[in-house]
Amino acid sequence: MYEAVIGLEVHVQLSTDSKIFSGSSTNFGAEPNTQASLIDLGMPGVLPVPNAKVFEMAVKFGLAIDAEIGRESIFDRKNYFYPDLPKGYQISQFEKPIVGPGRVTISLEDGTSKTINVTRAHLEEDAGKSVHDAFDGMTGVDLNRAGTPLLEIVSEPELRSAKEAVAYLKVIHSIIRYLDISDGNMAEGSMRCDCNVSIRPKGSDTLGTRTEIKNVNSFRFVEKAINTEINRQIEILEDGGRVIQETRLYDPDKDETRSMRSKEEANDYRYFPDPDLLPVVLDDSFISACRDALPELPEARKARYISEYGITDYDAGVLVADRDVADYFAEVANTSGEGKLAANWVMGSVLAELNQTSGSITDFAVTAKQLSDLIGRIKDNTLNSKTAKTVFEALLASEGEVDAIIESKGLVQVTDTGAIEAIVDEVIAENPDQVANYRAAPEEKQGKMLGFFVGQVMKKSQGKANPQAVNQILSSKLSG
Amino acid sequence: MSQITDLSFSELKKALGDRTLSSVDITNAFLDRIETLNPTLNAFITITHDEAMQAAKEADAAISNGTATAYTGLPIAHKDLFCTDGTLTTCGSKILSNFVAPYDAHVVSQCKNAGLVSLGKLNMDEFAMGSSNENSYYGPVKNPWDTTRVPGGSSGGSAAAVAAQLTPLATATDTGGSIRQPAAFTGTSGLKPTYGRVSRFGMIAYASSLDQGGLIAHTAEDVAHGLGLIAGHDSRDSTSANQPVPDYTETLNDSLKGKVIGIPKQFFDDRLDSRMHQAMNDVLEVFKSLGATTIEVSLDHVAEAIPAYYVIAPAEASANLSRFDGVRFGYRADSPADLMDLYERSRGEGFGSEVKRRILIGTYALSEGYYDAYYKKAQQIRRLIRDDFNRALSSCDLLFGPTTPSTAFVLGEKTADPVAMYLEDIYTVATNMAGLPGGSFQAPLIDGLPTGYQLTGRAFGESMILNAAHQVQLATDWHTLRPEGV
Repeated sequence: MYEAVIGLEVHVQLSTDSKIFSGSSTNFGAEPNTQASLIDLGMPGVLPVPNAKVFEMAVKFGLAIDAEIGRESIFDRKNYFYPDLPKGYQISQFEKPIVGPGRVTISLEDGTSKTINVTRAHLEEDAGKSVHDAFDGMTGVDLNRAGTPLLEIVSEPELRSAKEAVAYLKVIHSIIRYLDISDGNMAEGSMRCDCNVSIRPKGSDTLGTRTEIKNVNSFRFVEKAINTEINRQIEILEDGGRVIQETRLYDPDKDETRSMRSKEEANDYRYFPDPDLLPVVLDDSFISACRDALPELPEARKARYISEYGITDYDAGVLVADRDVADYFAEVANTSGEGKLAANWVMGSVLAELNQTSGSITDFAVTAKQLSDLIGRIKDNTLNSKTAKTVFEALLASEGEVDAIIESKGLVQVTDTGAIEAIVDEVIAENPDQVANYRAAPEEKQGKMLGFFVGQVMKKSQGKANPQAVNQILSSKLSG
Repeated sequence: MSQITDLSFSELKKALGDRTLSSVDITNAFLDRIETLNPTLNAFITITHDEAMQAAKEADAAISNGTATAYTGLPIAHKDLFCTDGTLTTCGSKILSNFVAPYDAHVVSQCKNAGLVSLGKLNMDEFAMGSSNENSYYGPVKNPWDTTRVPGGSSGGSAAAVAAQLTPLATATDTGGSIRQPAAFTGTSGLKPTYGRVSRFGMIAYASSLDQGGLIAHTAEDVAHGLGLIAGHDSRDSTSANQPVPDYTETLNDSLKGKVIGIPKQFFDDRLDSRMHQAMNDVLEVFKSLGATTIEVSLDHVAEAIPAYYVIAPAEASANLSRFDGVRFGYRADSPADLMDLYERSRGEGFGSEVKRRILIGTYALSEGYYDAYYKKAQQIRRLIRDDFNRALSSCDLLFGPTTPSTAFVLGEKTADPVAMYLEDIYTVATNMAGLPGGSFQAPLIDGLPTGYQLTGRAFGESMILNAAHQVQLATDWHTLRPEGV
């Protein structure tokens, strides 16, 4: 039996307005090279000047993961040639990063939790992009992204499965979103992940040879890429082979990893301190100002939701993972005064809809106010679960406000016992055989058999009959 | 009256102020002289004749309508590693032989804002790597005192242009002696300011932690005027010092009575040529006659400066020069087969041999397994050197020594022996390692060739250096000697 040893390097684009060493905009999706200044182009004679905003963002992240903050961090040059790297070196941090050792807690599927140590987090500039499909037989270079600030977060190799890796990645995602230091959009490349994967016999404490899977860009692909790579390595070892230390790429279409370059071809990056930049010295007052500006973080919010809204640990965990979802839930729960119902609706209908459409809660069709109105109408028995679902669908389709929808669709729940009794009598009259069977059955079996009659009654009432009343009247009439 | 081109920057300033000369008169005179002499001297790579005449006319208009600054209409020329918007900026290299800069360096825009008229761009050793100006893609610059000799480097074009009166003031840069050594070889005054005093924005980098922009002119007073224009904080350079800029001309006439001149014993051991030693003693006698006293000081680690410099500077250069890759600007090899071929041939064909040598040295020094032994060790030595200088300067006001071991050597004499060439900077490199200001000023001729003495001051002590040199220039005529025959 084998055990996987996984460490992640997560690159997070920091959401500053301008780049880390120039005044150019960092907006995504502009025309190629329209957001590249002389500095981003690496023109002769230009110099980098740091954007102080990135220090604040990095320190907040460090504080959020309970890390040591580098009081004096140094920018280094990482040297390699590539067309989308204009200076021929990337400004990064090597020996002295701005964030030192820290830790995060992940929840495992069995309900337990595990601490994952974070080795470091350092600031660096992003490279541009090579565009291979725009010009026939040629490669274009788009430097809009060059100089976008990145925080690279490196974990210890303490993750033991693809699921743990994804759980860790989600915690990191959640923290950066809570801190509002990145939009964390993996599809647009705002958050990217390199996965270091090795395997070893279970119980062994030596590390196997690792491979690095570069630039995986979704939670799902991280899970699939790691599992695919683990299986590949197991197969190699089972066949008596040796895993080679190399960089690999994950191909989601074929669900396989492919060799990119081996260690022998790897660069010697010749790091040395960038003489154009002074050491970044952070004093106590700066760090404590960052600490004071920290928002409530996911762990704290989870604890608060459990006690404030009486929801389960699991539900709270799901609801706080995304800061905007958590805010949405809190608004629904506070306005409706129904924490549990709000949790059920947000986790069930709302998140399901978002997952299905890959939508975002911030531009979700159903506002928190509307969902809270809907819950209010469930509470006052105007709606039952079935009609509530119909109203929710109508809200999704932007058909109007809750009460107007109830009105126009005639969904007001029938609680008038006279009306329900009439329907019940009809059903009993129409199904003499089932009634006889019911009456002949032992009491313990009758409960189950009642369902048939309830279904018939609800059908006849077009779902509007109050289910409790239907149950009550049916059992009394059938037994009578 | 003497010719216009005989006048120093300060004298021209006075003539413009008195309206005895116009900027057009002055600009015309220097452009004519450049046209006559540059074919021989090769001091200019680019002569911006039309732009200069246009700027001179505008300067005269500004002077007559009262919108001029104290410097409007005075000529200057820039070393060709300062980026100049819309003008070829080659850095003395084939790889930038087609590079028209899209912006002005801070130094250039400061001069423009003051109303100076730029005559053109000055020749230099490729990427400022060299001590003889023989490493220029545009050919060597000739020393106006003897055209069979080198003018020094890397700012050889700046020094030769001033010495030959092609411009009264030139910008220059100094990484290990590139202002001071050519100033000494050409009988001019040159100042390398404190690291951080002048913004490096727009100065094409050789070794970023050592590079510093400065000036070459006929006199310390001229340099004082120029320094006031280019010094000061610039937010575009993180290493630019946020220190007030004094009026350097105001303190030129301070008395030297009671000032203490430190004589580093390592600069005056028996390896120093006896005639150079005599020339230095002549200068020291002047200082003493002006009321200064001398003490011996020791710079214990100064002998290590050259080897440490030739690790640090190439290491930084190896990264600084990576951007010249044929992709975005500059020279690109013809029909490259693939990306590697594009890189290899663009750089292989675009860089000269000394640049390649230093890129190789620097790449090696930073490589895995060698970093600690070379780069880290060199940085430790650098700290020791800085400590030596600061200790020495706590017991004296200025350090004094020869700028160079000898007078200008003959073209080709040292090109085959890079180490002999590197030792040219033996007296100047340590000042850069310490980040301190250093100036070279005219000392007595030896065999009809100029020599220079060097003054090193405390950080941001440019005023003291210029004051001392100015006082010597008031008492001597070494700075008034001009090369004959050109």
